[in-house]
This record gives sequence, C-alpha cells and structure tokens, in this order.
Amino acid sequence: MSKRIGMEIALAAAEAVALCRPEVIAAYPITPNTHIPEHLSDIVADGRLDAEFICVESEHTALSACCGASGAGARAFTATSSQGLAYMTEIIPIASAMRLPIVMIIGNRALSGPINIWNDQSDVMYQRDAGWISMFANNGQEVIDMAIQSFKIAEHRDVMLPVNLNLDGFQLTHVVEPMEMPDQAEVDSFLPSFKPLATLHPDKVVSMGTLGLPDIFNESMKAKDEVLKNSRKVILDVWKEWKQQFGRTYEPIESCRMKGAEIALVSMGSMGETAEVAVDELRKQGVPVGLLKLRLWRPFPFQDLKKAVKGVKVLVVLDRAVSFGGPGGPAFSEVRSALYNEPDKPFVMNEIIGLGGRDVRVEDFVEIIGKAQKALKTKPKEDYEIYGVRGS
Amino acid sequence: MEKKKKWPEGWQDVNPGLMVFRPGSAREYQTGSWRADRPVFDESKCIRCGVCYIFCPEGCISQDERGYFHADLDYCKGCGICAHECWPGAITMVEEG
Repeated sequence: MSKRIGMEIALAAAEAVALCRPEVIAAYPITPNTHIPEHLSDIVADGRLDAEFICVESEHTALSACCGASGAGARAFTATSSQGLAYMTEIIPIASAMRLPIVMIIGNRALSGPINIWNDQSDVMYQRDAGWISMFANNGQEVIDMAIQSFKIAEHRDVMLPVNLNLDGFQLTHVVEPMEMPDQAEVDSFLPSFKPLATLHPDKVVSMGTLGLPDIFNESMKAKDEVLKNSRKVILDVWKEWKQQFGRTYEPIESCRMKGAEIALVSMGSMGETAEVAVDELRKQGVPVGLLKLRLWRPFPFQDLKKAVKGVKVLVVLDRAVSFGGPGGPAFSEVRSALYNEPDKPFVMNEIIGLGGRDVRVEDFVEIIGKAQKALKTKPKEDYEIYGVRGS
Repeated sequence: MEKKKKWPEGWQDVNPGLMVFRPGSAREYQTGSWRADRPVFDESKCIRCGVCYIFCPEGCISQDERGYFHADLDYCKGCGICAHECWPGAITMVEEG
C-alpha cells in the first residue's frame, strides 16, 4: 500500500530510486541535487538497499562508472546538477550511443558564470542534443512517480536508452511536500528486473563502445535518432500502466484550462504550478487563457503540441535558459519550429524567466498574460525577452 | 565485376549501440593504409634488444626465429616511435611511394 508522507523532495526521490533496486550508484555531490545521492548512500549503509555505492572523484567518473556498470548488466543510477552535469558532457552522448539505460536525476541549476547555485534549466538545455530521453517534473509526487517510470522506460527492449529526469533545484529539491510513496511490493510488480541486451563477460565475447568511421557513422546516427523517436510509444505505454496501477495520469503535455483558450502559456518544470494559479485567477476574470505543461522534452511531443494549440492565437513559451545570440530560449525555438509549417498556427512569443534563481511569482505570470493580450491586437517588435530585467 | 556490398546496407542493420558480438574484429581493419613512412630494419645494426617491440603502440612488431624484429606492414601506421626509441639506430623511416 502506498503511504502518505511529508518529506523533502530530494529525499523522497532517493527513497523512490531505492524502491527500484539500483545495483550501482555513482555520484559526486553538487548543490542542489546532493541530498539525493547522500540519502541513497545512507540507505545503502543502513542495509536497506543491496547496491554498490561508488564514491567517485568527479562527475565525469560518476557517469563513466554508471556506463561500465550498465554495460556489465547492472541497473545504474546517478544524479547531478549544473557544473556536475557539464563535467559529464563527454560521457553523456556515449551513454546513449552505447544504448545504456542509466537513469539520472538532474536537480536543475544555472550553469556558471557568474557562479550561481540557484535554479534555472540552462544545465539540461546544454545537453539537449545528446540522445537521452528527457522529462520534467512539476512537483514532488511527479518526481517519485517519474523516477520509477524512468527505469521501466529506459530498460524496455525497444528503448535501451538513458533517461534524465529534471526537477528544479531548490524549488523542488529542497521543498517539503505531502506525497504518496508506493511500497516495495507495488514497485516490484510495476518494474521488472533489468535484462540487458548483452553483458560484459568473458564467456560470451562482446565489444561495446566500438569505432565507427565514415562508412557507418551516418547509419548509426540515424539508428540513434529513430530509437529515441520510437521510445515515445513505450513512454506512453508505461504511463498508461502507471495510471492503471497507481491512478495518476501522465501525458507528454498536460493541458490546463485549455478549453476555448485564445492565449496559452507553455511551461516546463515547477513554474507550471505557479502559472496555473495565475491562469485560474484570470479565467475567473474572463480572460481566455490556458496552460500547457511540457513534460516530455525528448523525444519532443510534436503531435501533442500541434493538437494542444488548436484555436490558440497567442502562445507564450516560458524558458528558463537563454540561447545567447540565438532565436530566444531553447523551448521557444523548438515550439515555434514545430509549428512553423502548420497552416493554422498561433503567434509564438517567448518570455525567458527565473534565471539563476530569480523569483517567479503569480503576478509575473499575470503580467506576461497581459503582454499576450496586447499581442492579440498588435504583435510585439521583439519575439523574445528576458523578463523582468532591470534597465529595459 | 560484382561490386562488394557495403555493410550495413541500411541503418536498420546497425547493431544496438554498435555492439560487436564476435571477438577479434579489429584485426580486420588494416591500419597499415594510414602509413606515410615505413620502418626499415637494418639487421647489421640491430642488437636484438626488443625496445622497438616494447614501444610499438600498435603491437605490430614481432621477433623472428633468429631473434631480429620486424613490423607487420598490414597494421604499422608509420608513427616512427620504434625508430625514435632504437638507440643503436637500426630503424630508419623511409617514405612510402
């Protein structure tokens, strides 16, 4: 039976990961994800989880150790943030190219510089094109649920890809929320044991991480792209199973108040919860506004997005990262690109918000929705801005 | 003449993660084609110490039954490390061509 708990979300994430019985955990502490591996090391030390906890000297080694463990047939887990994720960069596309179903939780934090320990999503956006499945949680319950789902998705025979699960640093990692924690029997019945494609064992020779020169590189990149796109089917199946067993619904894009919406916001991560409050209040005042919470980032949910924005006239994409000198925030550029060839598409604008831990309040969303109302009549000159920046 | 088929014929044939399920496949890739200079061994200077064999990063130098060393030119990339390390000066790098 699931148990109602009140717990810091990072600790709850560690408890949920422990219920998945990972066999190897390798991590290096970095704010704000630290409590996740720290609590897992407690769980291992207390004898509640039979896993090898490798105290590595760097994140580069943390992910390398996970690759070796996964290649040897173990269920492997790691967690990191910001500079730690950046330090893993060399190994990140290798893990996906080698089809190693590692699960990583990212406590999202701004990339330096300036040095800043607080939340935004510039760390994961830096790893956007590495071939991992990438998902965002809005709250603590979703972190628990999606952590467990992540192993099942990653290890499915049609997928065999690493997954990164994103939760906003501090806003989620350090907040205490009431949540439902499944029990061991429930997770065991949901999540089968890991059956690797091959294992590194001298009795049955296999080479992993091989050379791929120009005569095969194109084909291997196409294969990687196809397997990531096709993982969508497994992700939807796993979410369907989750709903059947645990009763909570997961979709690539969660629609809130979208019936008759002429204006819609697109959010990722915890700010969706705040935006929802603003949308609810403005709906009461008769403003036709709705909210789309983008949960699945890779594979990008093109069909869900196109369906969700039917009838919307102004779409405001909220980004928590900047693509300097580029076309606005990364979510914005992808959403607009996804809609560009549609015959009946909304005007798409971009507010980059909450960088490096700058507060994102209900009244900020009210103001942004006000800007979208103006854009219904007159399109703004600039299609993106860093919201609330002093001096502009 | 029948043209040799490329492998893979399509991306669908690529093994997951480019895994190779048989041993020794690297042997089929003859890196000797990369070579610009080839090592030439002078047996009159060679003292059969084996320093070339030890330093060869390709592992393509071996000792014959008389105790002298030779490079397998199917795999020798022509890096010249053997010639650099050979202190009696028995190995000379000669331009291919």
